[in-house]
Amino acid sequence: MSKIHVTTTINDDEVEFLCDPRESLLDVLRDRLSLTGAKEGCGTGDCGACTVTVDGRLVCACLMLGAEAEGKSIGTVEGIATDEELHPLQQKFIEYAALQCGICTPGILVAAKNLLERNPDPTETEVRYWLAGNLCRCTGYDKIIRAVMDTAAEMREAS
Amino acid sequence: MSVTKPLPHDSAPLHVTGAARYVDDTPLPAGALHLAFGLSTIAHGEITGLDLDPVRAMPGVVAVLTAADLPFANDVSPSAHDEPLLADGTVHYVGQPVFLVVATSHLAARKAVRAAVVTYRELDALLTIDAALAADSRFEEGPRIYEKGDAAAAIAAGSHIIEDTFELGGQEHFYLEGQAALALPQEGGDMMVCSSTQHPTEIQHKVAEALGVPMHGVRVETRRMGGGFGGKESQGNALAVACAVAARLTGRACAMRYDRDDDMIITGKRHDFRITYKAGFNADGRITGVDFVHYTRCGWAQDLSLPVADRAMLHADNAYLLPAARIESHRLRTNTQSATAYRGFGGPQGMVGIERIMDHAAHVLGIDPVEIRQRNFYRPPQDSSSKKHLAKQEVTTDLQPNTTPYGMEVEDFELHDMTQTLLASSEYAARRVAVAEWNAANPILKKGLGFSPVKFGISFTLTHLNQAGALVHVYQDGSIHLNHGGTEMGQGLNQKVAQVAAARFGVQLEAVRITATDTAKVPNTSATAASSGSDLNGMAVKAACDTIRDRMAAYLAERHQVAPGSVVFQDGAVQVGAANYSFAEAAQAVYEGRVSLSATGFYKTPKIKWDRIKGQGRPFFYFAYGCALTEVVIDTLTGEYRILRADILHDAGASLNPALDIGQVEGGYVQGAGWLTSEELVWDDAGRLRTYAPSTYKIPACSDRPDVFNVALWDGQNREETIYRSKAVGEPPFMLGISAWLALSDAVSACGSAYPSLNAPATAEEVWHGVRRINDGI
Ligand code: FES
Ligand code: FES
Repeated sequence: MSKIHVTTTINDDEVEFLCDPRESLLDVLRDRLSLTGAKEGCGTGDCGACTVTVDGRLVCACLMLGAEAEGKSIGTVEGIATDEELHPLQQKFIEYAALQCGICTPGILVAAKNLLERNPDPTETEVRYWLAGNLCRCTGYDKIIRAVMDTAAEMREAS
Repeated sequence: MSVTKPLPHDSAPLHVTGAARYVDDTPLPAGALHLAFGLSTIAHGEITGLDLDPVRAMPGVVAVLTAADLPFANDVSPSAHDEPLLADGTVHYVGQPVFLVVATSHLAARKAVRAAVVTYRELDALLTIDAALAADSRFEEGPRIYEKGDAAAAIAAGSHIIEDTFELGGQEHFYLEGQAALALPQEGGDMMVCSSTQHPTEIQHKVAEALGVPMHGVRVETRRMGGGFGGKESQGNALAVACAVAARLTGRACAMRYDRDDDMIITGKRHDFRITYKAGFNADGRITGVDFVHYTRCGWAQDLSLPVADRAMLHADNAYLLPAARIESHRLRTNTQSATAYRGFGGPQGMVGIERIMDHAAHVLGIDPVEIRQRNFYRPPQDSSSKKHLAKQEVTTDLQPNTTPYGMEVEDFELHDMTQTLLASSEYAARRVAVAEWNAANPILKKGLGFSPVKFGISFTLTHLNQAGALVHVYQDGSIHLNHGGTEMGQGLNQKVAQVAAARFGVQLEAVRITATDTAKVPNTSATAASSGSDLNGMAVKAACDTIRDRMAAYLAERHQVAPGSVVFQDGAVQVGAANYSFAEAAQAVYEGRVSLSATGFYKTPKIKWDRIKGQGRPFFYFAYGCALTEVVIDTLTGEYRILRADILHDAGASLNPALDIGQVEGGYVQGAGWLTSEELVWDDAGRLRTYAPSTYKIPACSDRPDVFNVALWDGQNREETIYRSKAVGEPPFMLGISAWLALSDAVSACGSAYPSLNAPATAEEVWHGVRRINDGI
C-alpha cells in the first residue's frame, strides 16, 4: 500500500515522515520517529499512557492516525523539558516520588501540563477529574495529585 | 548515612523526560521481526484442522510455527511442565496460544493471525468451581488440610456459631506495560533476551530448554518493568521463548509484545476463591474455633497455584490467635487462564476469609468491629509496651501458646499499639458516632467504616528460594558498580540497594551505579517476588560490599600500621590512623597494591523451616504489619459509592527509604481496594473473558482515590536481623484495601437488620443487591 507523506510539527521542530494510511500517530511517534516517551497501555483510548497534545488539545495518540498530523503541532513528553532544565512539573514529580514504574508518567505529565496552561489555579477536584483518564497502576495517585497542586502553586508564585 | 533517607526513585529523572527505556522502547536492529500468537477460540477441545496457508499468504509474514515446528522443549511452565508454548493437539482455554506468526511488523503479525482456519472437536469445558468439583478436576491428589486442635469441638463449644459462604473474585494485574520480550541472536548460537520479567533466571532456563542449549548459552537482561505485581513472575516465559525460537530459526532479532486485549485474554490472573466458613464465638467476642474451606480456580495449568493456595491457608488466621482451626484447600483445575502470582500471592484471599468472620461475628454479637478484632489479636512480645493493652484479653488465652495454625510462634506482633495509634489519629470513636448519626438522618446515602489489620508472613514458602546473590565492583576512581538478582518494577529496589552499598562504603549515593539485572552477572536468582527484593538482595549486596571494604581496610591498615578494625569509611573518605584518603584515593591505592576490588555476595534467610504437606514449621522469617480504617458512602438506590477517607499505619520496620515505602503503601492500598470493589472479571458461558480491556475492567482512577488519604509509617524496627532492621513492603499494604470492602459492608448493614453477606468484588451492582437483600420490605 502506498505511503502517505506527512509534514507536521513535533515539539516545535518541523518533521516529515511517510506512514501507512492506517497507522496510528502513536505508532508513528514510537516506530518511525523514535519518540518512545508516549507509551501504549491499551490502544483503545482508555488509559492515557499515549497522551500527547495536538494544537494544544489533549489527544490519545493511539486513537489518531499519523496521517491526521498533517499541518498540526504535536507536543510529547520529550518536549516538556528544555535542554537545560526540567519543567517544574517534572521536578515536582521527582521530588514527590510521584511515580513508581514510571510508564504512566509521560502521559500524566503531558496532561497535567496542559491543565496548568489552561487553569493555573485548579482545585484538587479539578486535578483529579482532569487526570481521570490517565491510569496509574502503581502509585494510588496521591503523590501525583499533590505534585501537580504544588507545581501549580509554585508556578503561580513565580509568575 | 544513605539508608533511611526518603530519596526518589533512581530512574525518576528518566521517567519524567520519557527517556526511561522499557523493552518495547529498545531500538531494534535492522531486519527485526515481530511475533503474535494465534489463540484458541474455544475453552476445551481437540484441534482437528489447522490451515495456516492463508496466514502464510498474508503481507509481511515470514514464518508460521506450530508445536510440531519447535526444535526442543515445548514448555513454558514454571513448575509442572504442563504448559506447552503452543498447543499440542488439545486446547484448554479460550486464549491459549496455538500457533506463532513471525512477521515484519507487529501489526502485520496480528493481522495475519486472523486469517487462520482452525477446526476443533469440542470437549466438555469445566469453567466453574462447581463444575470442577463435580468432575473432581484438581491439582494434587485431594484437598490440602492444615489443622490446629479439634476445630469442630471448639466451634461447638462457642456460645454463638456463625457460618456462611461467599465468592471472592480474581484480579487482572493491569501492569500498564504489557508483557514484552526481545531476542537477539549472538555468535556461536548464543541467545540474548531482553524481557519484562520478575524472574530473569527462569526465562534463561526456559529459553535454554527451548533452544536445546545449556543455560550458559542464554543471557537474560531486565532493565525495568512498567509494573509487575506478580504478573511477570511466570507469564513472560511464553513471549521470551517464542522470540528466542523464532530468532534461532530466522537468525534475526525477534520482538514480541501482547496488545492489552491479548494480554488480558492469554495471561493468568489472581486466583478467585469461594470460601465457606464456620466459627464459634463466646459472648465476649472471643473466637473459640474456626473451620474454613477454600475452593480456588487455578485454571488449566499448575503454574504457581500450589504455593499460592498454601499461602492463602497460611494467612487464614491473619492477626488472630485461633485456639483451634481447620483449613481445607481445594486447588481446582478449570478451562480458564492459568491463575498465577499476584501481589500477596494468596495471602489476601486467606485474610479476607477471617476478616469476613470477624465482621460477621461483630454484627451478630453486637460488638464494635474494631473491639472484637483487638480481643482476638495475637499477644504482643513480652518486652513490648503493648503489654498494657493485654487487660483486654482474658487470662485463659495467656495460657495458650501464641502460635499460628501451622505451629509458628508469633514473636513480633505489633498490632496492639499500632491499632491504638491509628484509632487515635483517625478519631475513630468520634467518627463512629458521626456515621451512626448520619445514617439515622439520611435515608438514601449511608456511610460505613471498616477497619482491617494485616499480618503478612515474609519469605518464600518454598524454602530454597530464600537466597540471593550480588556482584560489586569498585573501580580505581572510587566509583562503584553493582548488580544483584532482583528486578526493578517500580518499587525502587535498585535505589534501596544502592543506598545500602553507599552506606557500607560511606560514600555519596551518586558514587553507586546499578545496571540492568543480568543473568551473566548474578546467576541462579529467585524471582523478585514475595516482597523479598530488598531483604534478600540488600543483604547480598551488603555482604559483597563488606568483603571489599574489609580487603581495603586490611591493605590500608597494614600500610599505616594500624588495626584493620580502626579504619573508618565515612563521608566519602577513608580514615586510616592519622591518614585521611578520599574514597577514590583509597581505591586507587588498594588497586595499585594489587588487591581485588571486586566481590560477590550471597545471602540466605536464616531460621526458616517448613513442611508444606504437614502444614507445620516456620515458613516465615518475620511478619510485616499494618492497619487501615476506611470510610465510604453508598447510594442505596443505585449501589454507587465513594471512598471518603482512608487512614493507614504501616510497619516497614526501620524504613530504608520512607518515600518509596509510603509509595508502596498508597499504591498497595488502592490496588487492594480496587480488587474488592470495582475490578470484576466476567467470563461467559463459553469460557470467554468478557472484561479484557480497560473499557470493561475498571481499575481505580485518579478520581477514585480517597478524598482524604492519611498514610504513616509505624516507627519501629524489625526484631529480626534484616537489612538495617527494615521490613519488606511490596505486598503487605495491598491487604489494607480489605478495609474498604468492610466499610461497604458496614454501610450496607445500615439499611436493615440482617448481615449483608457481601461478595467480592463489591461492585455497585453487588452493593445494590446487598441493600436489597437486607432491606426488609423492598
Ligand atoms: S494507549 Fe492510548 S489511551 Fe491507552
Ligand atoms: S507509576 Fe507505574 S503505572 Fe504509574
